[in-house]
Amino acid sequence: MTTEQMTGAQALVRALENVGVDTVFGIPGGAILPAYDPIFDSTKLRHILVRHEQGAGHAAQGYAQVTGKVGVCMATSGPGATNLVTAISDAYMDSVPIVAITGQVASSLIGTDGFQEADIAGITMPITKHNFLVTNAEEIGRTVAEAFHIAGTGRPGPVLVDISKDALQATVEFEWPVQLQLPGYRPVTRPHSKQVREAARLIARAERPVLYVGGGVLKAGAAAELKVLTELTGAPVVTTLMAKGALPDSHPQHMGMPGMHGSVGAVGALQRSDLLVVLGARFDDRVTGNLDGFAPHAKVVHADIDPAEISKNRHADVPIVGDAREVIADLIVAVQAEHEAGRTGDYTDWWRQLDAWRDTYPLGYDTPDDGSLSPQYVIERIGRLVGPEAYYVAGVGQHQMWTAQFVKYERPGAFLNSGGAGTMGYAVPAAMGAKAGAPGSQVWAIDGDGCFQMTNQELATCAIEGIPIKVAIINNGNLGMVRQWQTLFYEGRYSNTTLHSQKSPERAVGTTMIPDFVKLAEAYGCIGLRCDRAEDVDEVIAKAMEINDAPVVIDFVVHQDAMVWPMVAAGTTNDDIKIARDMAPDWENGD
Amino acid sequence: MSLHTLSVLVENKPGILARVAALFSRRGFNIESLAVGTTEHPEISRMTIVVNVEGLPLEQVTKQLNKLINVLKIVELDTSASVQRELILIKVRADAETRSQVLETVTLFRAKVVDVAPDAVTIEATGNRDKLDAFIRVLEPFGIKELVQSGMVAVGRGARSITDRSLRAIERSA
Repeated sequence: MTTEQMTGAQALVRALENVGVDTVFGIPGGAILPAYDPIFDSTKLRHILVRHEQGAGHAAQGYAQVTGKVGVCMATSGPGATNLVTAISDAYMDSVPIVAITGQVASSLIGTDGFQEADIAGITMPITKHNFLVTNAEEIGRTVAEAFHIAGTGRPGPVLVDISKDALQATVEFEWPVQLQLPGYRPVTRPHSKQVREAARLIARAERPVLYVGGGVLKAGAAAELKVLTELTGAPVVTTLMAKGALPDSHPQHMGMPGMHGSVGAVGALQRSDLLVVLGARFDDRVTGNLDGFAPHAKVVHADIDPAEISKNRHADVPIVGDAREVIADLIVAVQAEHEAGRTGDYTDWWRQLDAWRDTYPLGYDTPDDGSLSPQYVIERIGRLVGPEAYYVAGVGQHQMWTAQFVKYERPGAFLNSGGAGTMGYAVPAAMGAKAGAPGSQVWAIDGDGCFQMTNQELATCAIEGIPIKVAIINNGNLGMVRQWQTLFYEGRYSNTTLHSQKSPERAVGTTMIPDFVKLAEAYGCIGLRCDRAEDVDEVIAKAMEINDAPVVIDFVVHQDAMVWPMVAAGTTNDDIKIARDMAPDWENGD
Repeated sequence: MSLHTLSVLVENKPGILARVAALFSRRGFNIESLAVGTTEHPEISRMTIVVNVEGLPLEQVTKQLNKLINVLKIVELDTSASVQRELILIKVRADAETRSQVLETVTLFRAKVVDVAPDAVTIEATGNRDKLDAFIRVLEPFGIKELVQSGMVAVGRGARSITDRSLRAIERSA
């Protein structure tokens, strides 16, 4: 163990270096200022100065997801810290490991409503895996180590460390390594073998099993094991929005994405299944629809690293607590044992049904007949031309669903989005973080024009820091998903969803391009391109791919009334899925 | 709905009560009563929480509580296998005319008068919920001026202790 005298701020930076941090996204301010002095000298930490703390938070998420490490963001007290809240909440909902370091007013001022004081530990209590308020410099090193351990192990999640200014300024004996003091934290990763054997027994006896795969499989790095299990069992697989790429989309047993905008094949598979093998998924309402009508005939094997997820929404007949990789590895052995004992599931009839759904109801879209650009076509072409090795980062809304549907994912981790929280504005900063973490890869933010306007200030960061992301704005001039709901459920009354034109003619200003995204991109030091014709799409994508020394923004001006289909309307059951307006699939087709 | 008594051992750290209380309100669990204090080990506090839930949400309550980093252990104490006590302080109107009746009730319930004024007495009583409810009901006609309840504390019957193993975890990590 080494001991050295230094300030609390130096101890913070040293501890961050010691736990392996190489990139920090943040903005300095009064209370965190002492920490920024040693950051100035650090040769191991790259600090990326963002333009808004929310951007720092999402960037840390993007960075974490491509590197598999814990992402780090830093902000000052009060508004600096509260600006992180949305990103922390997002990381909590999607189990992304990040550590947020915030400055706090001096401990003598805490509780006095001091300048830039906010109780950020209190504010983030329900949206962090854990948080700390440190007022004693002696505890900085150990707390940083504990924060990273908690964030990155078990079910990952955000951890906030709030450090008072006087603790940063005090002098301490810095000791390293430190002993973690977390007696109440013991994540279970090894699955119970009896439960695993029971799961294998059910799989071998099922007639219509489905592997329902969630984000936990990606977080556990279990894609290879999943492929083995998939092929060993012969069962169909659905991957949720958070699990895209866990099994290649091209795999013949892949039925697609389930849920509100899932494929008919995936939704039908769940609804008619007699056994759901749920791996690292949590029965989110966007997947289940009305829970009472979800997969009504299925028994449930539910494996998750978080015991609280099991039987939270749907009763598990066979609960398995454990890391998805270990669970799947053990399941493979147990299913093999069933096979060797002569018990192999026969899913021939099941596949006949599944194939019929898949053939009859493939994902598709209509090309607008007024000659305007189809958003789905744009996204499909980006996926095709940019290829499976790139990272795709979506915002939230229609373009997000199309990016899930029409980009083909062949490897784990290639798709980043805000699934649980549904945070508009996620894409640009998360793409920035992803690119910072994987500078050798192409990173494409596919964003809506509404989302883009929430966080596009980070383009300045990208331009200045040399983080050349691509941003494809799917610009339909509207809050598209909300507009879709207004079309379907509010008789086309488009209350406050149109972004591109003024509400009353007397206030019209002669252009619908507010803002002009090409000019905006250029103002930020990025390359701005525009495309509004199908025949130009490939060319503009190719042009963007050639530019690697600056961020590129493409304004794809698309049809405003394209809709996301299929759709399970909120509050209805998955059986009520529509493939287009008022069009339900014929479930018996192919029977 | 039914009442369940949970003994929750937690690290004695600032903010833990807020974490537990916030968890209950966020997840929509109903707290019937809550009492906190340190245990025989100063680094461990013990919360006795009475929750009003169905069987399945109770499992959720325990699992969610277990996820709190500072929570060491949760034990549900069955009524028949544990001793459950609450303390109440109750100020009852008692003038020359009714005082003797009030005092008689106090004796009957093995309660204790802890303060006397010309027109009121303050009574201390302990017991399980049923007994205290009965006591309060009997006193009601005299006129209850003020009632304070401690929240229930409970301990399992027999020689075993639920704190031992949690303490070992703390010692290991220190």
